[in-house]
This record gives sequence, C-alpha cells and structure tokens, in this order.
Amino acid sequence: MTRYLASRVGQLVLVLIGVSVIVFFTMHVLPGDVATLLLGERATAAQLTQLRHQLGLDQSLPVQYADFFWQVLQGNFGTSLRSNHAALADVLTAFPVTLQLALAALALAIAVGVPIGIVAGTRPGSVWDNLLMTATLFGVSMPIFWLGLMLLLLFGDLLDWLPIGGLMPTGLDVPRVTGMTVIDSIISGRPLLIWASLRYLALPAVTLATIPLAMIARITRSEMLAMASLDHVRTARAKGMPEGRVIIRHVLRNAMTPVITVIGLQLGLLLSGAVLTETIFSLPGLGRLMVDSILSRDYPVVQAGALFIAFVFVLVNLIVDLTYGLLDPRIRRS
Amino acid sequence: MTTEIVDPLPATRRPKGIRRVLRRVSASVGLAITVIFLLLTVLAPLVAPYDPYDQDLSSALSPPSWIHLLGADQYGRDMLSRVLYGTRTALLAVVVADGLALAVGCTLGLLSGFFGGWVEAVIMRIVDMVLAFPYLLLALIIVAALGPGLTHSMIAIGIVYTPQYARLLRGQVLSVRQSDYVRASRALGASRLRLMLRHVLPNSVTPILVMATLQAGSVVVETAGLSFLGLGAQPPSPDWGALLADGQSYFLTAWWIATFPGLAIFLVVLGFNLLGDALRDHFDPRRSA
Repeated sequence: MTRYLASRVGQLVLVLIGVSVIVFFTMHVLPGDVATLLLGERATAAQLTQLRHQLGLDQSLPVQYADFFWQVLQGNFGTSLRSNHAALADVLTAFPVTLQLALAALALAIAVGVPIGIVAGTRPGSVWDNLLMTATLFGVSMPIFWLGLMLLLLFGDLLDWLPIGGLMPTGLDVPRVTGMTVIDSIISGRPLLIWASLRYLALPAVTLATIPLAMIARITRSEMLAMASLDHVRTARAKGMPEGRVIIRHVLRNAMTPVITVIGLQLGLLLSGAVLTETIFSLPGLGRLMVDSILSRDYPVVQAGALFIAFVFVLVNLIVDLTYGLLDPRIRRS
Repeated sequence: MTTEIVDPLPATRRPKGIRRVLRRVSASVGLAITVIFLLLTVLAPLVAPYDPYDQDLSSALSPPSWIHLLGADQYGRDMLSRVLYGTRTALLAVVVADGLALAVGCTLGLLSGFFGGWVEAVIMRIVDMVLAFPYLLLALIIVAALGPGLTHSMIAIGIVYTPQYARLLRGQVLSVRQSDYVRASRALGASRLRLMLRHVLPNSVTPILVMATLQAGSVVVETAGLSFLGLGAQPPSPDWGALLADGQSYFLTAWWIATFPGLAIFLVVLGFNLLGDALRDHFDPRRSA
C-alpha cells in the first residue's frame, strides 16, 4: 500500500510538472507582448527593453521556464496585472466560492442520481426505466448555461421564490472564515444568514448538478445491470437471500466502484466547469476569475488559476483511486 | 396457500420488445433532428423571414408575434432568422472542431500503432497528459493563448477532443494486431503501412463514426459555451452562444432572446446524442446497456 501510494504521488508530481510546462509555454508562445501590454501602446522602445529585461523576457524560453518553475515552487505566481494582488491570493479568494458550488452540486447529483440509477437498474425495460433514462438523456443534452437562465426566469422572476444571483443579499455580510458562505453562516450561528446563504446557493447548485446527475444515474443503472447477471448474485438469490439484501450487498456494492470513478471525475470537472454557472448567477468564483483574466490578458492570474485547478483535479483523482481499496478488498491486497 | 406463477422468462428479458420499439423511435427522432438541422444550414437564407443582421429599432425587444415569430432582440433583429442562421455556425463548429480532433487524433493513433516503441510511448504520454486536464480549463487556456474569437475557440475545442480519437485508434491497432487474418497477412510479408491502411483503418470506421456523432453534440455545446463567455464568436454574428449571452442582459424583460437559441442548442445536441446512441447500439450491441 505504501509503495502504491508513493508511486501515485510520484505520478501526481509528474503530471503537475507537465501541466506547468503546458501552461507556461501556451502563455509565452502566444502572439502579443507582455511589456507592451503593461506599459501601453505609447511606451518608448527604451522603456520596453528595460521592462523586458526586468521581467526576464529577454532570456531564452527554457531559462524563463526554469525561473517560473522555481518561483512557483516557492508559491510565487507573480502579481495580478488588474488587482495588483498576488495572483495566487486572488485565486485562493475565489476558490471557496467554486468549491462550495461544486460540492453542493455533486451532493445533489449523488443524492438524486444514484437512487434514479438503482430504480431504473432494478427494473430494466419498465416504464420507470424508460422514463428516467429519457429524462437523463435530456439532462446530458442540456446546455447548462441555458438551463440556468430558464431556472432563473421561472424561480427568480415568474414565481419570485429565489434570488436571481449573487452570493448573499446586499447588506447582509457573513464573517469570512472559510470563504464558503453556507459554512461561514453556520459558524456564525445566525439562522437568518444560514437561510439566506442556502437560498442563494439553491439555483446555481441545481443548474450545475444536472449533467453529473444524469451521468451518475446512467452509469449506476448500467453497472447494476452488469452486476445483476453475475453468478454470485444468482447464487445469493438461489440460497434464498431476501431481494433487498441481494441488491444492496451483492449488486450495489460491486456496482459502486465505477460509479465512484465517475463521481470523482465529475468533481474535478465541476470545479473547472462551474464557470458557466458562475457567469449566469454572478458568482465571484474561480471560473469567472479565469475568464475575466483571459479577457483582460492578466496572465499571472491565468497561470496561477490553471495550475491550481489542475492540482486540485489531479489530487481528487488520487483520492478517488485510494477509496477503491476501501470498497474492493482485491485492490487493497494487491 | 397459492403458489406464485413463475414467469418463464427472466425479468431482464421480458420487456425487450418495448425497448426495441423505443430504441427505434429515439433513433428516428435523432436522425430526423440531425437531418432537419443539416437542411436548415443550407436553407437558412430561403427559410429565414429577415436578414439576421437587419436592425429595425421600431420593433426592438418586441415579443413573439406574427411579424416576428420568435420576437426581436434589442436592435429589433428578428430572432427566428438569427436562430436559423445560427445553425451555420453550429455546423461549422462541428466540421472544424470535430474534424480537427478526428483527423489529428486518428493520425496520432495510427502513427503510434505504426511505429510503436518510443514514438508510441511519447504520443500516448502526451495524450494522457491532455486527458489529465479538465477539458474546459484546457480550452480556456488555449483560447487565452490564441485570443478570443470563433476560429480560435473551434481550434481549442478540437484540441481538447483529439486525445479521445487517438486512444480509440490505438485501441483498434492493438485489437486488430491480435487477429488471425492480420497475423496471416504479416506472415505473408505485408508491410506495417499496409497493415495500418488496409486493416486497421477500415476496421475503425464504425467506432470513429459513432464517436464523431456523439462528440458532435458536445462540440456544439462547448463552442456555444465559449461564445457565451465572450471567448468565441463575437457579436453581431448569429452564434447561439453569443445570442444567449446577449439575451442574458435582457432576460427579465425579454425572455425570448435567450430562450430560443438555447432551445436550438438543446434540440441539436439531443439529436446528435440520440443518433450516436442508436449507431453505437446498432454497430456494437455489446456496449449498449
């Protein structure tokens, strides 16, 4: 187990180095000159040369990369060209917003998607199965930026049940501890804040949950079907085990390994895919920060954000791999 | 005590008939949507009641009516015409992005199968690396490097989907290599190039077709998504994602601007997904759930 863990952590480091290479070179091979960008079009040639020298832009690319990598190891991603904060600080401020949204969406997707998959998978071909699977096909085909707007229109405007965007009502501030409004509200212990933060989270979470929900339901169903036809399940039935127990102990448990893979992959995708949802609901999350930085060519923040998201993505995948051992004793032993 | 009547067929077999019919219905719906979509890309100028760029400020933000069936936007441009012309951008995205991914991915897969050894190792490591990226993030980084715009966003999406094809083709190489007739033709002295072009490629047409159809839907959503974020097609071009972004600023007063382009994306993606599922079930019954 220790050796396995060590090799996986080694892989993680390799992937991150690869990602840093990709991010650095895409940012530096691009047309457009950072010095001109910083000083504006009217800067003199002498000023530009001086700034390029200061920034190390007159060095060769490999030297620049080595320098960049060394700085990153020390946690220094440069300074945001827009906010003048450390780039990593901007990323870390925005991250909890995205994390809260992604976790809420994933929880919702699991809580609804797995039962749907079980219902459909235990009654293949039934009306329920066909109904639910058609619904999930609609779910995966839905452009979520459109779904979000439609939900806003229905629940925010026509019915007027829920707020139409933002993190918290104006004038109602949560003391920042984790940066996640719901958790901070709970820490503050004020029911009013907790209620408000949940109301603001509801629509974005439902929107972002749609696609993972549909995928989790579909994979749960097909894994349940595959497992149900195996010999050990027939044996369990033949020896008179109650159906509920057969489903839970022999079908569901074995079907869960691939489902957990999908769930883990989805968390990584949700963290980066939240950008569309954040845009619709005006949430100051990491995805929105990335897009705004791209549009204003704030490269230090783009680099910091990209490396950070890739890091979290790879880390989540590692954790998912490790949980297999808990579910499947065969993997634990080997 | 009554004994239960035992069904002669196992539970999983019984409803096959209903499922098959439903499958057929969903396949025809998928095919119908895809065909209509393709027809509209060609017929847009004939079917559209107005020029998609024509501004008519007197009918700005007018709701759906007999004059403007899907309403008009903030400049009085006819939404029906803009949505119809949007099929062209969507098809362009499918052709360019999905085509790029297919061409590059399949070439890489064949190359790694052809040369094997370190070429294969390098190509596959790069493919793994790209797959280790969350795909939307990768697309964002590429657009960041190239600059916003429709062409760049299509290239970005194309690159993001390339590894899937490379993996598919390499899998085909590995499985075809093991088959008896390939061993036989190798024993007869067939070159590796001949093996790739005569045996691997023709054997891969079906899975490539299935994958290309399933990816087409994703490509439409992703390019529209990038346009929605302001990184893809720029106004005033009638791209569904850009139309939605436009509509977002007005959606509380003029719901129709955002609603219909989104509905169009949904239908086209649904069509590709239904068709792709049907093709997969047809050609590879083992993989259908």
